[in-house]
Amino acid sequence: MARVDVKNVSLSFGAYRALNDVSISFADGGFYALLGPSGSGKTTLLRMIAGFEYPDEGSILIGGEAVESVPVDKRRIGMVFQNYAIFPNMSVAENVAFGLRVRGEKGAGVEKAVSDALDLVQLGHLAKRRPHQLSGGQRQRVALARAIVTKPRVLLLDEPLSALDKGLRKDMQIELKRIQREVGVTTIFVTHDQDEALSISDRIGILKDGAIVQEGAPEEIYDRPRSEFAATFLGEANIIEGTAEGGRLTLENGVSIPLPQEAARSSGHLRCAIRPERVHVVPGGLASVNLSQAGTLTGIVRHKLFSGSLSTYSIDCDGRQFQAIVPRTGEDDIRMGSPVEVTWKKEDLIILA
Amino acid sequence: MMRSSSLLSGLGRVYIGLVLVFLYLPLVIMAAMSFNASPFYQLPFEGTTSWYAALASNEGLIASTLNSLQIAVLTTLIATTLGTAASLALFRSDFRGKRALQALLFPPIAIPWLISGTAMLIFFFGTGIGRGLHAILLGHVALALPYVIIVVSARLQTFPRELEDAAASLGASRWQTTRKVTLPAIAPGIVAGALFAFAVSFDQFVVSYFLATPGQTTLPVEIYAAIRKGFTPEINAVSTIVILFSMGLMLIVSRFFRFAGDR
Repeated sequence: MARVDVKNVSLSFGAYRALNDVSISFADGGFYALLGPSGSGKTTLLRMIAGFEYPDEGSILIGGEAVESVPVDKRRIGMVFQNYAIFPNMSVAENVAFGLRVRGEKGAGVEKAVSDALDLVQLGHLAKRRPHQLSGGQRQRVALARAIVTKPRVLLLDEPLSALDKGLRKDMQIELKRIQREVGVTTIFVTHDQDEALSISDRIGILKDGAIVQEGAPEEIYDRPRSEFAATFLGEANIIEGTAEGGRLTLENGVSIPLPQEAARSSGHLRCAIRPERVHVVPGGLASVNLSQAGTLTGIVRHKLFSGSLSTYSIDCDGRQFQAIVPRTGEDDIRMGSPVEVTWKKEDLIILA
Repeated sequence: MMRSSSLLSGLGRVYIGLVLVFLYLPLVIMAAMSFNASPFYQLPFEGTTSWYAALASNEGLIASTLNSLQIAVLTTLIATTLGTAASLALFRSDFRGKRALQALLFPPIAIPWLISGTAMLIFFFGTGIGRGLHAILLGHVALALPYVIIVVSARLQTFPRELEDAAASLGASRWQTTRKVTLPAIAPGIVAGALFAFAVSFDQFVVSYFLATPGQTTLPVEIYAAIRKGFTPEINAVSTIVILFSMGLMLIVSRFFRFAGDR
């Protein structure tokens, strides 16, 4: 168990800059998600912490010790790979014992550690199985047991759930969280799945083009994204832009909406975001809202996507598509093609950089 | 439907049968004649083991058979070890000229052995390596090496690189990873490569003929010399033994390793 600090790390593959001056810290025992689209550098960052890649510049510290030039087999890390990488020529127990055996450990101690690790991932009964006799979820658990049995200082997971089907993935998310809490190992988890990142991690780092865009607790990033990329990559967002002046924002179509307190003094061009679930839809365009406290746009309902407890409406406000999520409360009588007003509280407007 | 498919499978069996006859009938006749008393293939068949007895006292044939076996085994060991190591190096590292090097591995297989043999003879003569069993061994290793590299590399192409990464992440050194993870996974390819190496050496006539000296020769060269002098059924006898030995070896290996698929 140890904290991990990445300091001003850069790495290029030829002319391609995979990581660009990345700094991020992972607290001891935390569960971190590195989230980003493919090509964002998240896997490269993980492989660099593991020791498969060496930074061109910058340093990596595990437990305060600089490891950027230490090879992977000397770093005392645990890693779970996307396709699990179970050794096909070994049984489940031999796979789990591998990390202990190559360290020269022998005898009853190894057997005890292996059976404890298998019990932790609830596979104690399958110790003698061969890998080809296991399901995807079971392989996943073997990979996890194998990675943690050596008591690594940090556990690295490279999209470990992406090869599982949806139902199993939900179960494994809960399971992974339980195991991580039981073991208490600092865990860094790479994913491109925003829901996965939001639901299992304590903190999220969002990457784009080899740089950290934003880092923080899931709620913090969701509620206060600092860029359009963060706002749209983690959840849905309606983007509004206009000219700020005197605490109000004047849009291209001349409509003026109030800005939240934090942007009361802003002036000039400004981009904002509003989450679809913070938007209220009022039929008929007869809203009796206080225009100094709420943002209001008028539009026409174009599409409805019904998904049980919620409906997502797409509303055309002077050519701009606006998404609104409305819970199914029985009072949601919004018809296609009808004029509506969309409103939101001014504090719900997110100011983007 | 049923009728036509059973007809097809019947035809298939006949076809397979013909292929087997084509492959094995000459060998069977030769084996049978090694037990025939007449040295001129005369019938009726008259059983005898006298040719095998004669073989036991034919020192030239016995010595050359032992030479052949020794060279084939050494060639197999050396070419398989070097070839596997080279395949692993090509698989793991990226270096300038790697593609060119890999491309250069194929042509030697297509070069006629007569030409390879001539080239080796000139080269060995010029460098002072000379002729003899050591030269034959050197030549056989050179001939077998590309086969081993190609077969083992083909196997490595289906080997998931992540397995080596996983072993390293668990603290295994490069050598531990190779020995405990990579080699077991590609073992069927290595065995297949070794069989090729053995066959290339044990079958080899042309290159051996060029590099052999009168006292030090291999079985194919000795058989050729014997046929030129005058055919004796002892050749049938030694050939039958060699066939049984080779087939036995292949059967044993194919029982332990399935070449297709993973396990």
